Amino acid sequence: MTGAWSAARLVVERDLRLAFRNRAQLLHPLLFFAIVTTLFPLALSPEASRLRDVAPGVLWVAALLSSLLAIEFLFRDDAQDGTLEQYALSGQSLTWLLFAKTVSHWLLAGLPLALMSPVAAYGLGVPTSAVPGIVASVALGTVALSLLGAVTAGLTIGIRRGGALLSLLTLPLAVPLLIFGAQATARAIAGSGIAGPMYFLAAFTVLGITLAPLAAAAAVRISLE
Amino acid sequence: MSDFLSMGGYASSVWPSVVLTVGIIVWNVLAARRSFSEAHAEARRRVAMEQAS
Amino acid sequence: MDWTWFHRFGSPPHLYRIAGRLMPWFAWPTAILIALGLYGGLVLAPPDYQQGDGFRIIYVHAPSAWLSLMAYTTMALAAGAGLIWRMKVAHALAASCAPIGAWFTVAALGTGMLWGKPMWGTYWVWDPRLTSELVLLFLYLGYMGLRAAIEDPQRADRASAVLAIVGLVNVPIVHYSVEWWNSIHQAPSVMKFGKPTISWPMLTPLLIMFVGFTLLFAALVLVRVRGEILRRERQSRWVAEVVAS
Repeated sequence: MTGAWSAARLVVERDLRLAFRNRAQLLHPLLFFAIVTTLFPLALSPEASRLRDVAPGVLWVAALLSSLLAIEFLFRDDAQDGTLEQYALSGQSLTWLLFAKTVSHWLLAGLPLALMSPVAAYGLGVPTSAVPGIVASVALGTVALSLLGAVTAGLTIGIRRGGALLSLLTLPLAVPLLIFGAQATARAIAGSGIAGPMYFLAAFTVLGITLAPLAAAAAVRISLE
Repeated sequence: MSDFLSMGGYASSVWPSVVLTVGIIVWNVLAARRSFSEAHAEARRRVAMEQAS
Repeated sequence: MDWTWFHRFGSPPHLYRIAGRLMPWFAWPTAILIALGLYGGLVLAPPDYQQGDGFRIIYVHAPSAWLSLMAYTTMALAAGAGLIWRMKVAHALAASCAPIGAWFTVAALGTGMLWGKPMWGTYWVWDPRLTSELVLLFLYLGYMGLRAAIEDPQRADRASAVLAIVGLVNVPIVHYSVEWWNSIHQAPSVMKFGKPTISWPMLTPLLIMFVGFTLLFAALVLVRVRGEILRRERQSRWVAEVVAS
């Protein structure tokens, strides 16, 4: 039997390899993010000062919605081809394996989003001095979002046309992330310190790391019954 | 009496609030009873079907 | 410690009978207390020196908000008990709480908006408590949506139980986030909801309403839980005996 660390590494490696074989699934949420942030200037005004005011909200709502698209795919293929069942029966802790899966999901969805957010922000008239703050807040916020998504995606495994239901379950729970993430971004744009809201995002992430994999494992077990 | 009904000028807020809340209470009582009697009727139908077969 | 009461509580026919027998003991005091509280709040209590008679909405708003939170907490705790001890009756209890809680969240939102019209000049401002109640409504709708989407009743019970517990952890976080969010975007001179300078003649009807709504919740749950038990136990002998008589 493999050790816990190497099992987790196997899960992450497998997910990454599969994702690069199926690049479209990887790119769709990012494209969605790019398109949504393009729509706002068209709908509001091309004026930089106005766009800068709404930029934190636009960035975070767009990030939240495109993460939701990615969360839909989190367990779908693995549930269909029986991989999740294998994980549950593998003798390894399912909690741990799902945590590894969440890590790979963040690497494939959250991290690219964080790296892309400066481009979108620049288009919204945000000064380049805000880039480190924006990347840091989106990166941290999407960790918590991936953890939350693992629970709600686990609950909706096997539900036909579960996409709308998944949003209904996930978005209200993500309200605190939206509030503090957007606030961190707003402060980065204003040039004031982002430490305050970042501490809160970090606290949610720590809470998520301790509780979400347990809840996700329970959810997946129930859905596989 | 009309003093009471006018609620010091706040009648248009106070009375709809009371009506809404009391309405929701009554609705919940009726809905709870209906939920129970539906479950009861369903169970009874089931028993009758089993006895018939 | 004698645990037989716990096992007896866990037995569906026992809870079914107990719930039926207890219900009237909650229903009548509920009716009396709510009637008394409404009379005290709408007639006897003196008007607030700032908000005049408009503050009387608090007598229906605050108890509704209290019931909406109490229902969610009860639902999540019952769901947790159902998951841990695999108790059917605990899941039945959790399922009974959801529609009641959702309806009284609507009541709290509606009365809050009606209070807002004269005080803020508009039905909706992003007041932190109203916003939290709105998020609570979405949590209830998500819970009921998940329940409705899963066909197998046992799986529905257990999956929605996980969601209820996650939601319970989240409710205080949402509440404090929204308060924080409101404090940094503070609109000028916003009148906070329902903090009249409270005196005993004003407080007494409010306390009566709180007790009344608590008993109302208990009575409604006792009626609903019997139905939920029958739905979960339809195959068992005792149900056949109960419904035949």
